[in-house]
Amino acid sequence: MMMRFAPAVAFVLGLVTAVPARAEVDIQEVTSPSGITAWLVEDHTIPFTALEIRFRGGTSLDAPGKRGAIYLMTGLLEEGAGDLDARGFATAREELAASFGYDSSDDDVSISAKFLTENRDEAVALLRSSLVEPRFDQDAVDRVRGQVLSGLASDEKDPDDIAGKTFAAQIFGEHPYGTPGKGTLASVEALTRDDIVAAHAAVFARDRVYVGAVGDITPEELGAIVDELLADLPETGADMPPPAELQVEGGTTVVPFETPQSVALFGQPGMARDDPDFFAAMIATHILGGTGESRLMREVRVKRGLTYGVYAYLGPKDLASILVGRVASANDRIAEAIDVIGDEWALIAADGITAEELEAAKTYLTGAYPLRFKGNGRIAGILVGMQMEDLPIDYIATRNDKVDAVTLEDVNRVAADLFQPENLHFVVVGMPDGLDPDTN
Amino acid sequence: MTRFLSFITIGLVALPAALTAQDISDQVTTFTLENGMEAVVVEDHRAPVVQHMVWYRAGSADETAGVSGVAHFLEHLLFKATDTLEAGELSATVAANGGTDNAFTSYDYTAYYQQVAADRLGLMMEMEADRMKNIRLTDTDILNERNVILEERNMRIENNPGALFSEDLSAAQYLNHHYGIPVIGWKHEMEQLDMEAVMAFYELYYSPNNAILVVSGDVDPDEVRALAEETYGKIPANPNLTERARPQEPPQRAARRMVYEDPRVARPTLRRSYLAPERNPGDQRTAAALELLSEVLGGGQTSYLNERLQFEEKKVVYAGTYYSGTSLDPTTFNVIVMPVPGVSLEEAEASLDAAMADFMAEGVDPDHLDRIKSQLRAAQIYERDSVDSIGNRYGRALTSGLTVEDIQAWPALLQEITPEEVMAAAELVFSADQSVTGWLVRPGGDEAGDEAEEVTQ
Repeated sequence: MMMRFAPAVAFVLGLVTAVPARAEVDIQEVTSPSGITAWLVEDHTIPFTALEIRFRGGTSLDAPGKRGAIYLMTGLLEEGAGDLDARGFATAREELAASFGYDSSDDDVSISAKFLTENRDEAVALLRSSLVEPRFDQDAVDRVRGQVLSGLASDEKDPDDIAGKTFAAQIFGEHPYGTPGKGTLASVEALTRDDIVAAHAAVFARDRVYVGAVGDITPEELGAIVDELLADLPETGADMPPPAELQVEGGTTVVPFETPQSVALFGQPGMARDDPDFFAAMIATHILGGTGESRLMREVRVKRGLTYGVYAYLGPKDLASILVGRVASANDRIAEAIDVIGDEWALIAADGITAEELEAAKTYLTGAYPLRFKGNGRIAGILVGMQMEDLPIDYIATRNDKVDAVTLEDVNRVAADLFQPENLHFVVVGMPDGLDPDTN
Repeated sequence: MTRFLSFITIGLVALPAALTAQDISDQVTTFTLENGMEAVVVEDHRAPVVQHMVWYRAGSADETAGVSGVAHFLEHLLFKATDTLEAGELSATVAANGGTDNAFTSYDYTAYYQQVAADRLGLMMEMEADRMKNIRLTDTDILNERNVILEERNMRIENNPGALFSEDLSAAQYLNHHYGIPVIGWKHEMEQLDMEAVMAFYELYYSPNNAILVVSGDVDPDEVRALAEETYGKIPANPNLTERARPQEPPQRAARRMVYEDPRVARPTLRRSYLAPERNPGDQRTAAALELLSEVLGGGQTSYLNERLQFEEKKVVYAGTYYSGTSLDPTTFNVIVMPVPGVSLEEAEASLDAAMADFMAEGVDPDHLDRIKSQLRAAQIYERDSVDSIGNRYGRALTSGLTVEDIQAWPALLQEITPEEVMAAAELVFSADQSVTGWLVRPGGDEAGDEAEEVTQ
């Protein structure tokens, strides 16, 4: 299936939080008997519940020399727990027709569950066993390790992954963000079962857990479930890493790779989510590279036909803030695409945006806000994201006002500081014509 | 393009088990305008938003010879000017109303959609109806957008050895049917696509009697109907449309094999496709049995092939099967196996063949089949959480030649299928003489001892 353009990820990353001005998103704060907080949207329309649990820290909590341990551990949670081995666990979950997803990122380990009301107790008991008493059987460790190694081998042949790794190493250096959370072929090969057990202890602790639930469940029922799932976890886990110090240098790095189309990632320092100017920065970045109608799409794709897609977005992480983008063009055209992007970067820094662009961006951003609140699972994820960003429980009702309050002066003042053409670094993977690998 | 890679269990829904008061059919209303345009409305009043789609019964397999990719090229060009809208104005208007829009093309359909606040539905219909008949393209549009689709091909296909391999597999499977031609087009034909080819496709297929309106969200079906009559209803039917009769396959008489080599291959992989029947109006039973077969054999952790090859023999990192019966013409049943390092493709293939032979001898485990059926029943409950996906399911099925009755009969049919029917469908499809087996390897062929991973750069 072909699409006109690949949907930009910008909004998802830039704004984890929000709800419709008109939609009824009535969030209740639930405190479990043991004292764990959860946010709930009660909706009894459909007889199931979506539950999202996240533990802050994610793969950045890997112990020194154990890169990839938390990623592998997360993949093993569903591979045997309590009395059940991997196949027994999978069969039990199928019988309940529940869905459990386990995932990890730089900043969190997440569990996304959906279960029917009719067998909720059994589903929660099964989910609990995977969180609290995973077995980490040696044969499962070895089998899933093989799957991870296979993925790592693919990443080494994927221009996007090569570019991402190169870019992260340059900008984040020795910080955990500077290396892939999946680990390397060598580090994953060397992981032992003890390392996996230690990784579990590092992540699963009560002092870093956030819970959101949406669906056919009452506050009392949710409180009981939260305690069943989480109350037996230890109070604390591994220490959080310090903020990353960004190492910024403009220029272009070329990683030679035999493939017809070069992939370029580009970026520079961004802006923290809690910065008072964040909304102004978000609007400016949206205008530059946020949608199919952005300046970058107009100049690089529509006017010149140089690419299928180009975008830029603010990616605030827990421990660093960057402004990044991506473009891909045939090897003989990528140099021109990079020139055009550099020119647009300089232009928005120098001249800012117009009043018309600001109005269009505001209408879009405020109008698109309700579109996010579709589906119990999505809303549960938003509830957790809001808590992790320390937003107030009534934030959703005020968010569009914050967008509307941004003035043209705000955006242009922020844009002049935010966009730094001299610090914009490109990493190009491919066999680009006209780009010197030593350019810097 | 990605039909082979999605091993997720979606698109299957079943009769509600515990649910009696309300099921999906309560949410769905259908009607047909006087000019022949069909409409499907799926209601969900939990949030004040709507998805508006128009699906055309025209995809890449409807293209004439020599202009592969024109259906998808046209899809891109529908975002250019019309008599009343400037190039890009439709998307800009959607965005200015807080909405998002996009479009997609496959073998059997092309679809356009917007997601927007529910009270903007009339405006969306007005613009979508406008571009059904009134696009005005320039030579510059053709030249620039052709470069864009060539870069899209670079990104999706040329930069991805697995995608190139898939193209060759399909081409080997379909000698005559256009399912053997990539949706995005062959590169050398894409480079020659011109105004004439684009307009010929547009003028024939973009007509209300070849289109399906699908609206999902916070809407009232009567209001949708009134808006549709004011917009789409004013466009006359196209009398030149004929039945979609596309070139069909000749009998396949021999197993086909291929080895695709590319230095960018990370791990050797085996894929096999078998020609397989699709869902047909009033005749979906075999397809239903094949969907269940695909779940039993390679649908997940507990599937037959994974139990055997991943857990017991420890020969593969992953084994899977994929079949989707929603297709206008005969489709394929697909098997994929990625061996663990140290196991050659030859050895993995021998193990796969032995496992499949044993499966044919042993038959379906009835408990396993029951588990799958109960998951399908639950999927229907979960699906009510996403009316857009219900709308998409109707759009896909209707453009694949099925009727609303077929779509609504399908969940019950899946529940009725017996283990014997599953095995009969397997007997029908698993014949080497209707298969293509492909190996994806690095140059030098099937490297068994490739633990020493090459590092690029």
